[in-house]
Amino acid sequence: MSAPVLDVRDLAFAYPDGHQALFGVDLHVHRGERVALLGPNGAGKTTLVLHLNGILTAGKGSVTVSGLPVAKENLREVRRRVGVVFQDPDDQLFLGTVRQDVAFGPANLGLKGSALDRRVMDALDRVGMADFADRPPHHLSYGQRRRVAVATVLAMEPEVLVLDEPSSNLDPASRRELAEILRSLDVTVLMVTHDLPYALELCSRSVVLSEGVVVADRSTFDVLTDEALMAAHRLELPWGFDPRRIDSLPG
Amino acid sequence: MGAGHGHRLHFHAHSPVHRAPAHLKVLALLGFMLVVVATPREAYAVFVVEALVLLGVIGVSRVPLGYLLPRMVVEVPFAVFAVLMPFISHGPRTEVLGVSVSEPGLVAGIALLVKGSIGVLASLTLAATTEPQDLLRGLQRLRMPELVVQIMGFMIRYLDVVTAELGRMMTALRSRGCDPRSPRHWPVLARSLGALFIRSYERGERVHLAMLSRGYDGKLPQLEKTP
Repeated sequence: MSAPVLDVRDLAFAYPDGHQALFGVDLHVHRGERVALLGPNGAGKTTLVLHLNGILTAGKGSVTVSGLPVAKENLREVRRRVGVVFQDPDDQLFLGTVRQDVAFGPANLGLKGSALDRRVMDALDRVGMADFADRPPHHLSYGQRRRVAVATVLAMEPEVLVLDEPSSNLDPASRRELAEILRSLDVTVLMVTHDLPYALELCSRSVVLSEGVVVADRSTFDVLTDEALMAAHRLELPWGFDPRRIDSLPG
Repeated sequence: MGAGHGHRLHFHAHSPVHRAPAHLKVLALLGFMLVVVATPREAYAVFVVEALVLLGVIGVSRVPLGYLLPRMVVEVPFAVFAVLMPFISHGPRTEVLGVSVSEPGLVAGIALLVKGSIGVLASLTLAATTEPQDLLRGLQRLRMPELVVQIMGFMIRYLDVVTAELGRMMTALRSRGCDPRSPRHWPVLARSLGALFIRSYERGERVHLAMLSRGYDGKLPQLEKTP
């Protein structure tokens, strides 16, 4: 088997104020997988995500992206390979038009002219936002902005897409549209979420992070139906939702 | 978020003034303002010519005066100062409408008011005829330091976001019986402005993280307009 796209080994991290967020995390994601990262608030999920593209530096342990260690000299390549979509699209979209925002990443990688243009339009096409290329981001609906935020990262042709709470604040229709887009992308996905039905719908495998350690790494169905595990780590399904009663899951 | 279309100072129209390259407009405004500021205080005829030139440009731009004039309220603090000058200055006194005022103060006040009004109206005309993005590109072309242009760009982008956030905080305060207009509630208001500052600061950090994640290295790629 080839090297995993994401290979996190024994990762520990404490913030400068002494608060330790991660206590030896092991996580690996292989090419083509869609993996959900579940866990209660304060479990260290965001801290883990910020290690994947080298925003934070491991206190102990290592993070490797397709064989390339996350270290200062590789940051540029690591950030191309790992595309992080942050939770609030207003944090991610900061330029005057959708086109400029999507072009920001690939332009930083040195793309220019028509190659850059093609990359931008291709990424917008994949999220169904090509008609909005010249609109300012703050005139779009929240769901549209979330899709553009995904495009800004897709335009860098990452090897793995890391999504922080992709379904938060979306109305049910936008939530479903985003799921369809994510399913249509031929890319490895690590999705941080509290939305357990969304995890079940999109990710066959789930990793549960709790108090800075991985406490489960199994099929999403197994995790969601393990009541003891769920209760122990403050995970709860929405009222009336029972994974056992869903007979088929979309691809 | 309920941001209106276009920027609030921009007036959408198609005129030669709208189409003129932004960097030329900035230079023209700068040159015009230097002339206005350099005009001697009592050369009223020159002021009239300057005002006519400005009104001519506004006429060509087809921006209605009814759009520009209400936006001149930004000048009010200046106007108050200009109106006070005849009363607080020294020197020979003179009578205006039966009130004794200082003559040099009166001249200075009028000159300040006229120069200020022409300046504000000229700047509003630039803002009304130039999209903020074009203005930034114009400044870039004029070799304005990259960092300053970037900061201005972020200001334009996040003005609406921060205003909307402030609006929501005010709504939340009002819903709990706070009246932001009453001085009794000003301490609360001050604290929420502090909170807004912290939130904006934290948003700045998150934006920076998101930029780093996409390979930002201190330089924005050229913001060229693609066809």
